Amino acid sequence: MNQQNAVEVNAVSKNFGSYQALRSVSFNIRENEFFTMLGPSGCGKTTLLRMMAGFETPDAGSIRLHGRDIVDIPPHKRRVNTVFQSYALFPHMTLSQNVAFGLENLGWDKATIRNRVGEMLERVHMDAFANRKPAQLSGGQRQRIALARALAPDPEVLLLDEPLSALDLKLRQAMRNELRSLQRDTGITFVFVTHDQEEALDMSDRIAVLGSGEIQQLGAPSEIYEDPANRFVADFIGETNFLDVEVLKTASKTATVRTPFGQVITVPSTAAIGLGKATLSIRPEKLNLGDQAEGIDFEAKVLSKQYLGGYTHYLLSAGGAEIRASRRNASREGDVIPVGGIVNVGFVETSARVLAA
Amino acid sequence: MTDIASHHRPLLPRAHRRGIKLPYLGLLPAWLIMGFALILPIFIVGAVSVATRGAYGGFDWGFDLTGYRQIVFNEGWTGEMEFTAQYLIIIFRTILLAAITTILCLILAVPVAYWIASQPGHRKSILVFLVTLPFWMSMILRVYAWMIILGKGGPLPRFLGLFGAPEEMTLMYNDGATLAAMVYTYIPLMVLPVFASIEKLDGTLIEAARDLYGNRWVTLRRVILPLTAPGIASGAILVFVPALGAVLEPILMGGGKQMMMGSLIQLQFGGGRNWPFGAAIAVTLLTVVMLVLIAIAIRSARREIKP
Repeated sequence: MNQQNAVEVNAVSKNFGSYQALRSVSFNIRENEFFTMLGPSGCGKTTLLRMMAGFETPDAGSIRLHGRDIVDIPPHKRRVNTVFQSYALFPHMTLSQNVAFGLENLGWDKATIRNRVGEMLERVHMDAFANRKPAQLSGGQRQRIALARALAPDPEVLLLDEPLSALDLKLRQAMRNELRSLQRDTGITFVFVTHDQEEALDMSDRIAVLGSGEIQQLGAPSEIYEDPANRFVADFIGETNFLDVEVLKTASKTATVRTPFGQVITVPSTAAIGLGKATLSIRPEKLNLGDQAEGIDFEAKVLSKQYLGGYTHYLLSAGGAEIRASRRNASREGDVIPVGGIVNVGFVETSARVLAA
Repeated sequence: MTDIASHHRPLLPRAHRRGIKLPYLGLLPAWLIMGFALILPIFIVGAVSVATRGAYGGFDWGFDLTGYRQIVFNEGWTGEMEFTAQYLIIIFRTILLAAITTILCLILAVPVAYWIASQPGHRKSILVFLVTLPFWMSMILRVYAWMIILGKGGPLPRFLGLFGAPEEMTLMYNDGATLAAMVYTYIPLMVLPVFASIEKLDGTLIEAARDLYGNRWVTLRRVILPLTAPGIASGAILVFVPALGAVLEPILMGGGKQMMMGSLIQLQFGGGRNWPFGAAIAVTLLTVVMLVLIAIAIRSARREIKP
């Protein structure tokens, strides 16, 4: 019944000088999941990852790997491997020597190592390059070798430190799929660090959004996107509009608010909402324009627009606020709303969310 | 097609093509300095080594291999040649001393350089400055300082006196004293290039080695040493080459009891008044150095070529 946790982070704090990198962070990473730590730079995600690898020590708190406290265990004695952001392949070794390095240190016998190295190189489609050196590879190929090298010893947890950030866009997208299927095939727990929300949403089973050294929200990608816990999460994940509203009444998971446009609506809310001032978050793609408008509607002036082919982004003005909306160009004549005109804007109540101000 | 081709610009503008020799001309001052300061003196030493010894010192130009012959053979009273090992022993001893100096410098310098490289920025520059500080003082003064440290009544014998060493003990005038001064003199030349190469070493490679179950020893042997080998090699050259020609340390510290090549050469140009012989030994020394350098160059070239 009780699913075992691969990693348990318990009340971990870390200061760098007077800078608080982590403030009593606690969370669990489940066995066999693709877990992502997402956040802007300086949010503490990399520090957490480096603590799991053993390159940093928490000032307070504990980190458990399959129930065992690992804080005092040096990196080379943890059954955890890392894919580094810069790949960190050994430049003086061939690719197979790179992949074999960890296995040799674990004391595997030669024949087993040879088989395992071959198997891993094949798995990342690099078996033809076994005797090359890292300098002779492209970025994407180095990435694959870094993965093969880290996966070869069959670690309890694989740590990935922004491994896709150095690749170009197309390769990044291909590698996302590859990472996801590698995780499924191997069944190894992946802990992935990124600042790219799209990457996180695409690949993760669960995401921990970190900000200012704290967990802002932990949940499945859709939860994080659709039900952000606070302004920080709503703002960091995707795009959104924040409208100042007044809370008139609260229930367990909803709040009745007055919008800047005068309507009184009842929308989903976070638990910790009180009466008075609050923020209504509504995502641009959830606003429907013109003849598509339905639900709660109001009139807005079109300030500018950005035609992007599949979509058109509009900047609107209503009730003294600037509002961004995006409209799918469903037909050839999709982009018909003129700049400077007045357009009817509508949204469904359940697609908005009330957050603390 | 031809139309387009005719509009193609030449790869180099015309003026550049005409002035293609300009870069070589620009290097002329460098060539002149190299020629006069480096190549010419070597030729002169080479020429002197095959010259004839003058009757009252000096030499007469010519072609005479007596200088080289003297390294291995002694001329007896009656003109017969007998093999002599004394100079070969000096050459061997000199190479041995230089080699031991190099190895000791290496063992001491690698941890020091590694430690300096791991320090934060400003402290790093201060430490590098401290390493170079001895060069600001005359070498003779530094060697004399060692004579005081090791000599009778000096700090080190006195310290050993606390453990019951005889009061009149001196640590001077032996091979150990020579070696201590040699290592002291040349160690900055090892620390600096090794530091530079460790400094360049990507720290995440060390983390990667640790992450892949490498303990400290494995990380040192399989990652740090191979990647800093070029720095270690240049440090070894910078120490070994001047150590071969060391004169001061063997004379002052070793008490001149053990003749070294440097002193031997100096003697031939000075009191011995046998310039061709001195030059022949110098050429031999140069050859040894060249052989070592070529060996290192071939080794590192082979390392590069290997796939």
